[in-house]
Amino acid sequence: MATIMGGIATSHIPAIGVAMDKGLEQTPYWKSFFDAYPPVREWLYSQEPDIVVVFYNDHGLEFFHDRKPTFAIGAAPQYENADEGWGIAEIPPVTGETELSWHIVNQLIEHDFDITVCQEMKVDHGLTVPLTLMWPGHQYGHIKVIPIAINCERHPMPKPSRCFDFGKAIGNAIRSYPGEQNVVVFGTGGLSHQLDGQRAGFINKLFDLYCMDKIVDEPEVLTKLTNFDLIEKAGSQGVELNMWLAMRGALQGKLTERHRSYHLPISNTGAGLQLLATSDAVDVNQC
Amino acid sequence: MNQVNPIPGNIMFDGPMATKGYPLNKMCFSFNNVQARESFLANEDAYCESFGLTEEQKKAVKNRDVIAMLEAGGSIYYLAKFAGILGLNVQDVGGLQTGMTTDEFKAFLVQQGEK
Repeated sequence: MATIMGGIATSHIPAIGVAMDKGLEQTPYWKSFFDAYPPVREWLYSQEPDIVVVFYNDHGLEFFHDRKPTFAIGAAPQYENADEGWGIAEIPPVTGETELSWHIVNQLIEHDFDITVCQEMKVDHGLTVPLTLMWPGHQYGHIKVIPIAINCERHPMPKPSRCFDFGKAIGNAIRSYPGEQNVVVFGTGGLSHQLDGQRAGFINKLFDLYCMDKIVDEPEVLTKLTNFDLIEKAGSQGVELNMWLAMRGALQGKLTERHRSYHLPISNTGAGLQLLATSDAVDVNQC
Repeated sequence: MNQVNPIPGNIMFDGPMATKGYPLNKMCFSFNNVQARESFLANEDAYCESFGLTEEQKKAVKNRDVIAMLEAGGSIYYLAKFAGILGLNVQDVGGLQTGMTTDEFKAFLVQQGEK
């Protein structure tokens, strides 16, 4: 059966991609942020993942309001990205995977998650920035990626508890897949930020740190929050915690937290990075 | 979504707002495409007209008034593409919405890490 080695939660702020394009990683603004990533990459590479399942949200590249799914999964051999209108550089296509995708779809439907399936879709910075952070220089072509998009833009959007259960159903689906694949799950976005309104610039460090604390062993505490609570405590885009919860839902059993770091501000955001290894992970030195 | 106790300074982008903002957001969605951005810049009024923007939306676009665009149903993710045409980043847009200069807004962001 396929094995989930662990989950990585990371910010997906577009400015990170721009900074990498411009080679700004060691400048004073960015240094401490980027310096957090090498140990996480080292762990990731040590797990020799075949497939990465990425929970992210589309920011209006692939999905418009004419047809906006609540949950969508890619089942395509390849995913293109594109200029999103404000100048993010296009990067090489992302390699897809179809067999595990379809298995997940079948299992989701069987367990009452009636998901939208995309056999062609463009992926935006929500997916490409984390991939580029984990494989700098766009060296991700050998990894098969399954994109899973969660609506975090227009209310109503799925509840934190539902996103957690959705992640659980996906984790169970992966673990029931006949194969020898090593799988790592990414939850992207967050943490607190608000881009819109007179409240723009709102960041809540204490709440972000609380979420990173609880997500390890008590994620159920976070699933009791509503999306309204998340907006109030973490800003209008703080609902991106839902992707972290989906990632966490996919992990089961005893987890080892191998990395946690937090930087504020990165762009308008409190940027978190966290690595949770399952007991199936290949044991390596503490990151 | 419970909106009994609205959050000050937050404009909830929900279904009715998505209905209201549809033409404006559809126009901004088109800005994913470089030709669309060029068409807008070549003749802004005609481009707005072709998407059927309301008078309120046209005025907000003309005035580069981000808060008015949000109140007219704009979604920040699509408005960000419009801001891109104007060469504005999210700190510039933050400043515009809060009455701060971009530098003041950046300082405000930093201050929140010191709480």
